[in-house]
Amino acid sequence: MEPKATREGYGDALAEVAKKYKNVVALDADLNDSTRSDYIKKVDPSRFISMGIAEQDMIGTAAGLAASGKIPFASTFAIFSERAFEFVRNIVSRNNLNVKIAGSHAGIFTGEDGKSAQAIEDISIYRTLPNMIVLQPCDYIETKKAVHALAAYHGPSFMRLLRNPLPIIHDDNYKFEIGKGEILRNGKDAVIFATGTMVHESLAAAEILKKDNIAIYVVNVHTIKPIDEKLIMSLAKKTNCVITAEDHNIIGGLGSAVAEVLGENYPCIMKRIGMEDQYGESGKPAELYEKYGLSAKHVAEKVKEIIKRKKK
Amino acid sequence: MDKNKIMKIKNFQDTENLRFSRVSELRKIANEIRKQSLIITHRAQSGHPGGSLSEADILAALYFYKLRVNPKNPNWEDRDRFVLSKGHASPGYYAALAMKGYFPMKELETFRKINSRLQGHPELKTPGVDFAGGSLGQGVCFANGIAIAGKLDNKKYKVYVLIGDGESQEGAVWEAAMAAAHHKLDNLVVILDKNQVQETGKTKDVMNIDPAPDKWKSFGFEAFDIDGHDMEKIVETLDKAGNVKGKPAIIVANTIKGKGVSFMELNYKFHGKAPDDEQFKQAMEELSKICCEATK
Repeated sequence: MEPKATREGYGDALAEVAKKYKNVVALDADLNDSTRSDYIKKVDPSRFISMGIAEQDMIGTAAGLAASGKIPFASTFAIFSERAFEFVRNIVSRNNLNVKIAGSHAGIFTGEDGKSAQAIEDISIYRTLPNMIVLQPCDYIETKKAVHALAAYHGPSFMRLLRNPLPIIHDDNYKFEIGKGEILRNGKDAVIFATGTMVHESLAAAEILKKDNIAIYVVNVHTIKPIDEKLIMSLAKKTNCVITAEDHNIIGGLGSAVAEVLGENYPCIMKRIGMEDQYGESGKPAELYEKYGLSAKHVAEKVKEIIKRKKK
Repeated sequence: MDKNKIMKIKNFQDTENLRFSRVSELRKIANEIRKQSLIITHRAQSGHPGGSLSEADILAALYFYKLRVNPKNPNWEDRDRFVLSKGHASPGYYAALAMKGYFPMKELETFRKINSRLQGHPELKTPGVDFAGGSLGQGVCFANGIAIAGKLDNKKYKVYVLIGDGESQEGAVWEAAMAAAHHKLDNLVVILDKNQVQETGKTKDVMNIDPAPDKWKSFGFEAFDIDGHDMEKIVETLDKAGNVKGKPAIIVANTIKGKGVSFMELNYKFHGKAPDDEQFKQAMEELSKICCEATK
């Protein structure tokens, strides 16, 4: 299959779950063309609720719908969902309401729109909310599976979506389970826990490292909360060398989630790859990944460095 | 409050078409809500008496006249919903719910205590509670969600949401107002408890929200401007607002914060402060007199 953006998977799957469940509705804050939540209109236009550019209002309304038995999917850009953070906290997560928030255009991968649109703190903040689960699928098919899983799951969630096309590494037989990491590549010298775009960069880095006789595990962490503690522990014990990779601030995101598990249970050498407490800028995603140290080449170099530390 | 009296009040919901003969009874209920608000805030030595006193008449009219609810089946799908957006006014709200029969009057004693269902601000786990308030400006959008769900499912229920005037300084109230009109939510009735006072002073000094009825009208609402302590007017306007078609309605209820207790009236210091023993005694004496006079 040709590369496709995860937001496409969101829109396509939203139409599918709307057919499957009568009580699925979609809300958007005037970005439904971008988030692809528009696609639900093909199934039933009355189940698309236009909220205008008012994210707080959208979240509160989604909560009221959830409290009345609907399964609301509320989408906008990840960054603008953050404007409604306290509404998410006090109405949605505090009451454990069945609201599915989808935040598209996350990370510097968003590209040319620049800093204002590139959410690099969303995983971090949503992860701190009790009851909330946090997902970031890495390709079109996984996103579709995630949407189906969320429709069947009862409780609040935040799902991070991406603007630009990504290779498709899963097929229709893929079994997606919330909370379970997926080993994409076996290794022995180190393990990379990656999420979203960085799954693909990490797979490419593993190929680069192979030439130097370095074999690394690559794990797709599509669920950042609840984090797959078992898998993290098992691969940390096998490799004693853990790397995390995310297009997100290294503070609070996947890197922190993994560090929390290791710090309490199995301290070992660890490196967080991500945005190093700085914002991005306008540019092509590939250029930005090169400049901010997220490209496969950078990932491979950082893995090599940390493996050296491990040997000392 | 003795047991017989509670039983009597509970039975008001069963009588029909006696609106105007009921008005004097509704006044008594409102007075009882006021007394209970003071009893429980005094006992807890915390809570918000001022806004509970101003909303009492509205709550009495809603729970004992207007709302189609069933305390024996609090989650009844077709019930009218009540969203207390100004969640800090929980003492009056809990009093009304207990008097309606959602939970025992005795449970009011647990207000703000550990392990209680009667939290400082309402939680969904409490029988009869449809919205967990506490953070201002969040009730109208939530009520819109319930109203939209009702429209999608062809339900006949109505959604009533009570907001404060200080709360109306939150931008989210106006986002929600815009959305309610846009989606033509004629199953939504907003009630503004315009009690003129907020935490740190008079609303017109902190951040003026006037002219409130005109603002709501310009947002696309049918607006009613009434004396929020005139029970006859409240009852009549609830009926009118419930019959508005094609757009949402707002009742701007002009009230007095601390209504019924001389030293609390329009006194911002009793927004979030419980009465001490002496103040409590005086307040209860004043409220007892009002009850017997059966004034508006």
